[in-house]
Amino acid sequence: MEGDIAEMGKFIGAGLATMGLGGAGIGVGHIAGNFLAGALRNPSAAPGQMANLFVGIAFAEALGIFSFLIALLLMFAV
Amino acid sequence: MATEAHGEAGKAVGMPQLDFSTWPNQIFWLLVTLVVIYLVLSKIALPRIGAVLADRKSTITNDLAAAEELKQRAVAAEKAYNDALATARTEAAKIVAQAKAEIQKDLDAATATADAEIAAKAAESEKTIAVIRDGAAAAVAEVARDVAGELVAALGGKADASAVTAAVTARLKG
Amino acid sequence: MATEEHAGGLQIHPMDQFVVKPLFGDGPIEWYTPTNVTLWMGIAVLAMIALLVLSTRRRAIVPSRGQSVAEMFYGFIHKMVEDVAGHEGLKFFPYIMTLFMFVFLSNMLGLIPMSFTTTSHIAVTAVLALLVFLTVTLVGFYRKGIGFLSMFWVSSAPLILRPILAIIELISYFVRPLSHSIRLGGNLMAGHAVIKVFAGFAGAMGVASVVPIAAIAAIYGLELLVAAVQAYVFTILTCVYLRDAVGDAHH
Repeated sequence: MEGDIAEMGKFIGAGLATMGLGGAGIGVGHIAGNFLAGALRNPSAAPGQMANLFVGIAFAEALGIFSFLIALLLMFAV
Repeated sequence: MATEAHGEAGKAVGMPQLDFSTWPNQIFWLLVTLVVIYLVLSKIALPRIGAVLADRKSTITNDLAAAEELKQRAVAAEKAYNDALATARTEAAKIVAQAKAEIQKDLDAATATADAEIAAKAAESEKTIAVIRDGAAAAVAEVARDVAGELVAALGGKADASAVTAAVTARLKG
Repeated sequence: MATEEHAGGLQIHPMDQFVVKPLFGDGPIEWYTPTNVTLWMGIAVLAMIALLVLSTRRRAIVPSRGQSVAEMFYGFIHKMVEDVAGHEGLKFFPYIMTLFMFVFLSNMLGLIPMSFTTTSHIAVTAVLALLVFLTVTLVGFYRKGIGFLSMFWVSSAPLILRPILAIIELISYFVRPLSHSIRLGGNLMAGHAVIKVFAGFAGAMGVASVVPIAAIAAIYGLELLVAAVQAYVFTILTCVYLRDAVGDAHH
């Protein structure tokens, strides 16, 4: 391994940045789980809330995608 | 990764997405694409589909209205039929009652005639029976007298005709 | 990096599939050069025409299969715009339909093996998101004038919190095009890169490569879902942003 210190730092940083995706996973799981809990209580209201479900998942996911983007930037662009 | 071999611009850009030399190209072609799609959609596709959907909706509405009308007609026909049926039934009941009344009248008259006839016949019969009974009673008295006279003679007595007759008459009465 | 890979013997280039190449020759990429971007965007246009124009040319009252699909797309987006952006938003229906059809078809065409995914490029998604952002901002100011700014001034909050909330709302408003574009591009890029990485494993593992191949099949199914859901999310977020500009009720 004849890489330099900066190269190593990039890889470590990219690896650390991917941890942010775990937060997005928690958030998306939380939304989907709560939706399911609500839908089981009141199944007749569930189809009308599908749009809100997807919007909420999209917002939660966006922040995870940011950390993924930072990882990619560290790997390839810095 | 291995960008030196693959990056078109020959620069050290690992992500093709961040190779800014291709951005004007992509943006230009994207805008062309979007304009084409927008024109095709707004001039041809969307009005056509919208018209088809509206057509279908009006067709369905018309068909439903026609079906509703037919249903109304069927209901009216059924009602007329029921009315006719009820009228016929009352008519029939009336005729039946009339016939029954007429028959009753005839029957009553016939019964009265028959009753009168029967009464007449009964009276006549009664009279005949009385005559027969009287005849029979007289015959019985005569036979009794003869038998009593013969009995007295057989027993060795001398039959006194008047005494025998009185005795038999008293016996018959008793 | 290249030296490492040669040492390890494992050659995976997950990003090669995103390289923009000229269709003819090997010259530099000018803004007008026909590239694989051009090719696949053109295929998307043709697919759109086949899906929405050719299938409906009989205008049948009782639809054929193709026409049913076209009507389903129409009804789906029409209902979404009406439900989310309100009745006023229906004026923008062709615009939103354009965005949806482009994103959806690009995502789906990108899943064909050896194809090129135009929507995995930040340049493309950033332009789409900026178009939405500019549309919403301009329409908002055109329709509501200076009152459009009141959406940053949360009147239901306590007075002391309002400046802070205004700053947060302002930042989130300007982050919108960024998250809007990165979400779409990042999702597709990540999915395609993951498939490529697994494909690289399959090449190096001999008989045991049935495992990565099975994994690719599973991820491919997931990517189909992601492609459809990201197109849906992109469109519905456009409607949500548009509601701020045209609707009367806002948060």
